[in-house]
Amino acid sequence: MSTAPAALATNDPVLLGFAEEVGTDGPVAVAGRRTRWTTGGTLAPDTRVIAAPSGIVEHLPDEMTVTVRAGTTVADLHAELAAAGQRTALPDRGGTVGGALAVGENDLRALGRERVRTALLQVRYVSAEGRIVTSGGPTVKNVSGFDLPRLMVGSLGTLGLLGEVILRTNPIPPVSRWYAAAGAHPRAVLETLLAPSAVLTNGETVWVELEGHAPDVDAEAARLASIGSFAEVAGPPELPVHRWSLTPAEVLSLHDTGHVIGASDFVAVAGLGLVFSHEPQPPRSVDPGVAIIAERLKQNFDPTGRLNPGRMAGGTA
Amino acid sequence: MYRYAKLKNRVTRTLGIDAAEVESDPFVAELVDALSPDRVKQDGAHRALLSHDASVFDGGNSGPVVFPETTEEVAAVTRAAATHGRNVVPRGAGTGLAGGAIPLGVPVVVAVTRMNEIHEIDTDNGIAWVGPGVVNLDLTKHLAPIGYHFAPDPSSQQVCTIGGNVANNSGGPHCLAYGVTNAHIVAMEVVLPSGDVVMLGGLDAEPAGYDLRGAFVGSEGTLGITTKIAVRITKNRPEVRTLLLSFESVTDAANTVSGIIAAGIVPAALEVMDQRITVAVENYVNAGYPRDAAAVLLAEVDGLADGVDLDADRIAEIGRANGATAVKLAGSDTERALLWKGRKTAFGAIAQLAPDYYLHDTVVPRSKLAEVLTKTYEIADRYDLTIMNVFHAGDGNLHPLILFDARDEGVLEKVHAAGGEIITASLDAGGVLSGEHGIGVEKQKFMDRMFSSDDLDHQNRLRQAFDPGCRTNPGKVIPTGHSCADIQSLRSVPKEVWA
Repeated sequence: MSTAPAALATNDPVLLGFAEEVGTDGPVAVAGRRTRWTTGGTLAPDTRVIAAPSGIVEHLPDEMTVTVRAGTTVADLHAELAAAGQRTALPDRGGTVGGALAVGENDLRALGRERVRTALLQVRYVSAEGRIVTSGGPTVKNVSGFDLPRLMVGSLGTLGLLGEVILRTNPIPPVSRWYAAAGAHPRAVLETLLAPSAVLTNGETVWVELEGHAPDVDAEAARLASIGSFAEVAGPPELPVHRWSLTPAEVLSLHDTGHVIGASDFVAVAGLGLVFSHEPQPPRSVDPGVAIIAERLKQNFDPTGRLNPGRMAGGTA
Repeated sequence: MYRYAKLKNRVTRTLGIDAAEVESDPFVAELVDALSPDRVKQDGAHRALLSHDASVFDGGNSGPVVFPETTEEVAAVTRAAATHGRNVVPRGAGTGLAGGAIPLGVPVVVAVTRMNEIHEIDTDNGIAWVGPGVVNLDLTKHLAPIGYHFAPDPSSQQVCTIGGNVANNSGGPHCLAYGVTNAHIVAMEVVLPSGDVVMLGGLDAEPAGYDLRGAFVGSEGTLGITTKIAVRITKNRPEVRTLLLSFESVTDAANTVSGIIAAGIVPAALEVMDQRITVAVENYVNAGYPRDAAAVLLAEVDGLADGVDLDADRIAEIGRANGATAVKLAGSDTERALLWKGRKTAFGAIAQLAPDYYLHDTVVPRSKLAEVLTKTYEIADRYDLTIMNVFHAGDGNLHPLILFDARDEGVLEKVHAAGGEIITASLDAGGVLSGEHGIGVEKQKFMDRMFSSDDLDHQNRLRQAFDPGCRTNPGKVIPTGHSCADIQSLRSVPKEVWA
């Protein structure tokens, strides 16, 4: 077992306590608010379920960063950041910071808020050996060493259990408005507008979120009016619970054909490829060569398979 | 002069190899079979040239150099290397500044510069499929007629390749608002060290499985070789405002940068140059920068007309509140282009002052910019070296530039010692080792200043999942003792291998 230099080993009692709770043997998983609990498979029986620490450690608006414990709810985080005029790329759909990152869930407004996979600057997780591992860095730009934060996003806690993260924050634009129109086409919206924050379709109606300075939003709204009978609405439609991942081109064709493979109805995010449906997406296959690397990663990071047993990040070969 | 002399020595030395021995090398014969004789170079000149990159680091020792044109050829080269137990080093334009492309362990150098085709523009998916040898700026020029561009814009964008951008997770002035390369790479076809061809990432919103794409970007050529890349393309903004603010101190400029971000404005770019480099730039391209300002801030906002005017006015206000002595708005596209020409040719402008320079790259919190900049000047003074600062201030990415003449005895030691102190000052301020140049061989010895043994051990576990034999660009990033390959042994020529 390697030993961290004293100067670098975290002395944070909260993280040390979390590492102690994770321990060094036996199957273990972290539960947040269980809003995405079945994603990636069913947890093996007899798995010890623990909670990650919670709380906002430090928000630095001038640096556009926030240090937050993984067990903090996204709602609490965003409420605190909003008081300083900022937000993150994490989705406002309930659950915890760690849960959203472990699943790798984008907000439906990712076009305007960046993808969740690039918002994570630094991660502190507890390894299968019960050690605290840090990767990435506290600054908004960093290419120091291998990029484990990217690997952790969407890994469903199968490589390490998230304890604390540093996220990039972004200013909340002065104005944010939703518009909707029946009969419009999302491709026309994407081609006409410069940078909408969201373009949604259910095959019949198109919803658009515009953000920015008021005169810019007015100008974009005027352009919208030139391609459909858009009217301001309170917000996006109610979203079905299951998330599908398609390509942006598939979403455009989905709008034309009006159906999702195997799903009855949907709200799809144009320009991104996310689709919300009442039906779960069938398991997706991955490239066999990719599956081999994934198996090696799991073996290298968690040789005894004790982290989130029963869950697999993504599809199978 | 310095570089030329080294190169000449190496050519002379390398030309001394026994040609018959080279020709009898079954590995080289297999490479020739896989490609064609004209695209497998084993002469001393090629091997000497590709033993270096744009860094100041020596010690590379290239084996045969190959110029594949297809994925199948890269796979064949990689399989042959695996069969013969030889190392592989991928290479783009060789513009890296951290020694990441220096070949260690007499590897076959896979130069992807002929894989320079723009395969497809797919606006429905918001991407372009490109070969790894496509030059960064060429893609943006290609996209211009349809109103798009490739957002990462490193200073070397006129020559650097997108494959190299992927390897280094490259940045550039406009990454402040648009993000570094990782945010713009959607999927990649990759030849693994085994020779297998895989697709990492995907065009869909949340590709299945671990984010191997994200882990690959910035891995400095140690995890495999990209052969085809889906890059995100970005719509050109219709309106751009570029402001030039002059200050009586670098501290005032740095405080203005913090003030702009604190005001909730994320400009497209925020670049600072100190007086020394500004004067050099003016002498070089006469771009319109003031020679008498202690520092200048180039601030650019883009978007729709009303919004950019509001942001530009606010930036001017914040600048004046922080002591700006002059605020000038570029009055035309020509004036704007000239200001950027000055900024992007800053490193070329140095040639008039000294024959050699060492460009550093660290990142500090924005609030510590002024403090760390002051320290860089103090460090240079102590070592009797000339230092200049030109940097991506918006994201705290410092680029201290130490000028020297390598013919001066002992100067390189001083340059490296001063550089080490700058890195230490950045880390002490809560910063990181590198913002965009990477670790390569340059900062390996500093990795344990930023990461614990456990941290480095986990980085190595990622490396080994892709490359269990540690044969792809060995001896880089992770320091000896943590890495699966021992650097010292890579400095010498392995037994049974010609060199």
